[in-house]
Amino acid sequence: MKINNVILRTVTKLVVFIILTLAVYLFFAGHNSPGGGFIAGLVLASAFVLLFIVYDMETIKNAIPLDFKKIAALGAFLAVGTGFGAFLFDVPFLTQAFDYFQVPFFGEIELTTVTIFEAGVTLAVVGVVVTIILSISEDV
Amino acid sequence: MIQTLLITSLILFGIAIAITLIRVIIGPSLPDRVLSLDMIGVQIVSALAIISILLKTKAFLEVILVLAILAFISTISFTKYIERGVIIERKRDN
Repeated sequence: MKINNVILRTVTKLVVFIILTLAVYLFFAGHNSPGGGFIAGLVLASAFVLLFIVYDMETIKNAIPLDFKKIAALGAFLAVGTGFGAFLFDVPFLTQAFDYFQVPFFGEIELTTVTIFEAGVTLAVVGVVVTIILSISEDV
Repeated sequence: MIQTLLITSLILFGIAIAITLIRVIIGPSLPDRVLSLDMIGVQIVSALAIISILLKTKAFLEVILVLAILAFISTISFTKYIERGVIIERKRDN
């Protein structure tokens, strides 16, 4: 029996971009307001899970040819690497720095090294969550 | 005046969530329970919006967005489980 779910697929193509935008917003809103790397990673993983539910595993693995286990490892390496990077400046482990810079068109913006650490946390969370859900669903 | 209206609507939302919870427990079929769970999600999102007006804060707006997205995805996965039996297929047949 053929099941026609063209409405679900059309809606998903739109909604996935809204979820990805929310994830980027949550990622950059961290350390000042609610948000941060962990929650951005969970929202990003929920966008991938929505794609995997609506389409199937083979299509999405062709469309996104990434090994999520390697992404988790890269994220953990990045998060720990920023911690060890503090040793280059002779300060304790995981010390973070921030400063304000003048950028044309945007004016004064704040750049921190916490953002790199949070990017590592995000990649680790996305890799672990998607790997767990895919290995649970492959079991059936 | 506005304060009284908001608190009254919160109480009504609490009563509505309790009634929907009864439907989740005694619901005769699986689609009834799935629909009631989706409805509870929508009611919680609306109650959160009213709470954020009542407390005059913007801190709950991200919570509203994330909760709405999770309710959407959970409803889709429940309905796909009812229709197909599997949630994530290996290779689709159509």
